[in-house]
Amino acid sequence: MFDALSDRLERVAGRLRNRGRISTADLDAALGEIRTALLDADVELGVARHFVEAVRERCSSEVLSRSLTPGQQVVKAVHEQLVEALGGEALRITYAPRPPTVVLLAGLQGSGKTTAAAKLAQWWRAQGRNPLLVGADLQRPAAVEQLRILGSQAQVSVFSQPGDPVSTAVAGVEEARRLGRDVCIIDTAGRITVDGALMDEMRRISERTNPHYTFLVIDAMTGQDAVSTARAFHDTLALDGVILSKLDSDARGGAALSVKEVVGRPIVFASTGERLGDLDLFHPDRMADRILGMGDVLTLIEQAERTMDQDVVARSADRLMSGRFTLDDFLEQLHQVQKMGSLGGILRLMPGVSKEVRQAAEQIDDSQVARIEAIVRSMTPKERADPTIVDGSRRVRIARGSGASTQDVNQLLKQFREMQKMMRSVGSGAMPNMPGMPTGRLGRLAAARQIASGGAEESLAEMLSGRGRPPATPPARVPAAPKGRGGKNKKKGGRVTPPKGR
Amino acid sequence: MIALWVVLGVVVVLLGTIAVTRSRRPPRGTRQGPPIRPTAPPRPEPVEVLGPRAAPPVAKQPVVEQPVSEQPVAEATLRERLGRARNLFAPLRALGARGDGAAAFDAAEEALLRADVGVETTEALLSAVRGAQAQREGAEAVREALEDELLAVFDENPDRTLRFDDDAAVVNVWLFVGVNGVGKTTSIGKIALARRHDGRSVLLAAGDTFRAAAADQLQVWAERAGTEIVRGAEGGDPSAVVFDAVQRAKARGNDLVLADTAGRLHTKVNLVEELRKIRRVADREPGRVTEVLLVLDATTGQNALIQAREFTEAVGVTGVVLTKLDSTAKGGVVISIERQLGLPVKLVGVGEGSEDMIPFDPEAFVDALVGE
Repeated sequence: MFDALSDRLERVAGRLRNRGRISTADLDAALGEIRTALLDADVELGVARHFVEAVRERCSSEVLSRSLTPGQQVVKAVHEQLVEALGGEALRITYAPRPPTVVLLAGLQGSGKTTAAAKLAQWWRAQGRNPLLVGADLQRPAAVEQLRILGSQAQVSVFSQPGDPVSTAVAGVEEARRLGRDVCIIDTAGRITVDGALMDEMRRISERTNPHYTFLVIDAMTGQDAVSTARAFHDTLALDGVILSKLDSDARGGAALSVKEVVGRPIVFASTGERLGDLDLFHPDRMADRILGMGDVLTLIEQAERTMDQDVVARSADRLMSGRFTLDDFLEQLHQVQKMGSLGGILRLMPGVSKEVRQAAEQIDDSQVARIEAIVRSMTPKERADPTIVDGSRRVRIARGSGASTQDVNQLLKQFREMQKMMRSVGSGAMPNMPGMPTGRLGRLAAARQIASGGAEESLAEMLSGRGRPPATPPARVPAAPKGRGGKNKKKGGRVTPPKGR
Repeated sequence: MIALWVVLGVVVVLLGTIAVTRSRRPPRGTRQGPPIRPTAPPRPEPVEVLGPRAAPPVAKQPVVEQPVSEQPVAEATLRERLGRARNLFAPLRALGARGDGAAAFDAAEEALLRADVGVETTEALLSAVRGAQAQREGAEAVREALEDELLAVFDENPDRTLRFDDDAAVVNVWLFVGVNGVGKTTSIGKIALARRHDGRSVLLAAGDTFRAAAADQLQVWAERAGTEIVRGAEGGDPSAVVFDAVQRAKARGNDLVLADTAGRLHTKVNLVEELRKIRRVADREPGRVTEVLLVLDATTGQNALIQAREFTEAVGVTGVVLTKLDSTAKGGVVISIERQLGLPVKLVGVGEGSEDMIPFDPEAFVDALVGE
């Protein structure tokens, strides 16, 4: 039921295929699907309606590009509208001429304010600033204690005093001035918007501390209520921006779209993990892909970098690319990949993977992976280094040793060969073919995604789809050839730009 | 970036091999069966005597009881608290008895969607209403039919009591699970207070060893409730904390352990694995997990349904605690959860006060949504 928007669009696109133009009825059907998908992604009803109308306008006003089917045209319009709706003018962080720059955090209970405060402190420290955390949440038991602990982890000192939140906040700003800190982050108690007294307290904190920035912290999993919450806080505090928390969940995060649309303030930061370093400036295009269900390769890369042992990966990456990847390497990497989580989870982030494949992947459990491992482990070191020597009798022995059938062994070897071939061609720059993949539907949206996204995603999609570009492509132009494009500097740099003129 | 190719390579081999060998092989044994993702709790409830819904009425040991204070008070509170939700359906009511059915339908759809009920459940409810609506026309009829349909959803899961095993040899463990920031610790604190007034002998287990100061927060509640608390080292093994708590409870004659756990997203495989372990350890003699309560934030949207499914699959959730219902959020996603997963909402949190954790009353909930 949580079909990605792209799956729905694919269905619609299938119906529209080979038609020169889209009839109004076709478009209505497509827009209906889009509306449902947006609602499933927790986009607020009013915002979803408005969005659908905007897409309709785009579709009818735009000149049909000849290279795109009408279905793809719709996908393109949706993506563009999403990026526009989420993006707009970004907030550029400036600092008060007379320090400290006061930053006030507000939000519902449990939205993640205290954690966000500490993450912000760490972020500003990384920017070379010298922040002070102020704990003005005197309501929740041990909230200040939590902030102190997080503060010490971030190596940022924390100020708080018992009594009244308003005077604590004011005293905190004073303290920051006295200590010569240039950023002062005030954590406040969570409050529901219908609580007049607490909202009034919030207003007074804001008036007395005169914050440079007031950020609303919103849980990425929030439903329809995101809008009324944001509106109420905006009316009380005049927000400058939004911090989206818990974006590492599998929520599609439609709340982001709703809030941006209704309050008209940008999403400035997004929190994507439990560690203090897991706060980053918000990328509208990534979010658009996510809401669309187009996968999120950048997140995947980051996840890989975080969980996989870089040394182990690096050790065999070269061999992988040059086609000298052995089954021992495979086993080693398999364990690395397993650390990243379930196959289904990984594929969810990978673009160009159809729902069928994702579902198939989700059905794979550890025992099946273990069986593959058993097959490899039943081979001799020599066989693992060079699987081509496996003949009939070896095959029978391996099958017996691992409790698998000889066909299983065959299939594994065949698949391994295909992978080697593919990787070799990636390494040498030609685009690969993947005849061994079990489904032909894979990556049908690859073309649409080319529009939407950059090179890395696109070549992944193609690689999985088996509709690779002819190998005549000049090697130097292949966008995602991984060699020499170290991951680190790319981590925050946004999307890889696809090379032009192919 | 390079890591990605490695990942991809491995994934391709795995998928290719498994997909082909699976399709070729006839199912043999239980391991092979296709549905790896059951929607029902995967293992039978460990408390056989307490059997989920089909418990024989004569069973002697299980004494099931109402959790907090007297029902009438609670009911009034829920009705009163949910009063706000009513204006949501104002357009529907404004149409009045003579209003036309089509407009009422649209109004009902909008109201349900805005309450986070979700597209699929909304459509199912409305088509059921449409079916019942063949003869009767008009807005009032639509409203009544919708109310019936909603109540029917909740009627599917009639048992909303908190299970408790009265066997003296057993230490009941109620395990609280959920994603970050939904209010697990606060819920435990409130329930601890209520249980104490109930005459239960409660012990708290500070199983959230991850979040900074989570144990301190629970400690404050323990002091308020006058109950004991077992804490572990920050960053320590939560299973050990729960194990110690059960042992301590046994030694001191406490009959109920309320076990807090660190908030975790259901997408984090290793954390979910850790939760499984906590549950296994808590179930060891003399401990017995009689409730696994999923705490859900009423402001959460459709993701709550995924949370409920994933946590149920992992640790066999037995009931839902819906918190923050005093906000402007309607928590309509629980309708989908009840309908699609058969998970009953057992408690709702309607305020900051320690007495604001009350039994869920479907009629009050539905009445607040569509009643007059």
